[in-house]
Amino acid sequence: MIDEGLRSELQKQGVFTTTLEEVYNWGRANSVWPLTFGLACCAIEMIAASMARFDMARFGAEVFRPSPRQADLMIVAGTVTKKMAPLVVRLYNQMPEPKYVIAMGACAISGGPFKQGYNVLKGIDRYLPVDVVIPGCPPRPEALIHAFMTLQEKITGQKLTGPERARHLDPNAPSEFPVPQYGEKDLEPPSNPKLWQPPNVQT
Amino acid sequence: MTVPSNSYLVLVVLMVVAVAFAAVPLTLAWLWSKFYSPKKPGKDKNAIYECGLESKGDAWIQFKSEYYLYAIIFLVFDVETIFLLPFAVSFGGLTVGAFIAMMVFLLLLVEGLVWAWQKGVLTWK
Repeated sequence: MIDEGLRSELQKQGVFTTTLEEVYNWGRANSVWPLTFGLACCAIEMIAASMARFDMARFGAEVFRPSPRQADLMIVAGTVTKKMAPLVVRLYNQMPEPKYVIAMGACAISGGPFKQGYNVLKGIDRYLPVDVVIPGCPPRPEALIHAFMTLQEKITGQKLTGPERARHLDPNAPSEFPVPQYGEKDLEPPSNPKLWQPPNVQT
Repeated sequence: MTVPSNSYLVLVVLMVVAVAFAAVPLTLAWLWSKFYSPKKPGKDKNAIYECGLESKGDAWIQFKSEYYLYAIIFLVFDVETIFLLPFAVSFGGLTVGAFIAMMVFLLLLVEGLVWAWQKGVLTWK
């Protein structure tokens, strides 16, 4: 590994050095392909972000793939109903590694304005590992772009080897998460305990 | 600079470059996955049909054989149209033999139509 000081010194002299890790992450961060997957009104903002005015193409993410097999990023854009939750998890499972999740809007984060609804999942993080969350109801396309740049930062910071390496490079990290079943009153299980624990509220 | 004596050499070079252009990235990706990315297959990932819903039932379903009648009637009118147009264009210069042959052909097709009519295919059920 090259010393940072030597590196900047070399750069001043016009010699650019890089590492395999950086090239790999640079390539990945600039070609994140989202899944064409809208659940509710946030999807409209997502569509707007991909169009000419906001132009997600500047970040290499204009290629919304209609198949999970070709996608790297799942933007959970909207209210996840309990009917839809198993489908969302299954779609995530079908995506190839490396894969990332953006929870877009209040509904995807926590259920949002429909939190009291009997049929609304109170946050997709109960079943999926969320990388970036965007608050808002709905968030504006700029917010999605910001979330996207945050994700790019996360990707460029990921390690290739060692205990801190990216999840998809760790043979022990799961690639699939259990798909909830429709139960009599709620989804079975109501959350994935390995990913999400109910917050401990002290009164 | 001299012109190469065999001008097809350029094609060979182009061929080699084209194959390398496709093969080198694929090989690199394969090597990368071998050294870095662990394979993580799973039930959903290996599913044949990529969809949020699980596929149900068999892809080998039975098809209603009644549709063949529609296909036959379509063929009757289709073939008729194809032959009637050149027949009409060259009608003036036709010999008696050709005219009779065409009429026999038309009769055969009309016969088919009458048969279908009697079978009740033309009535909408």
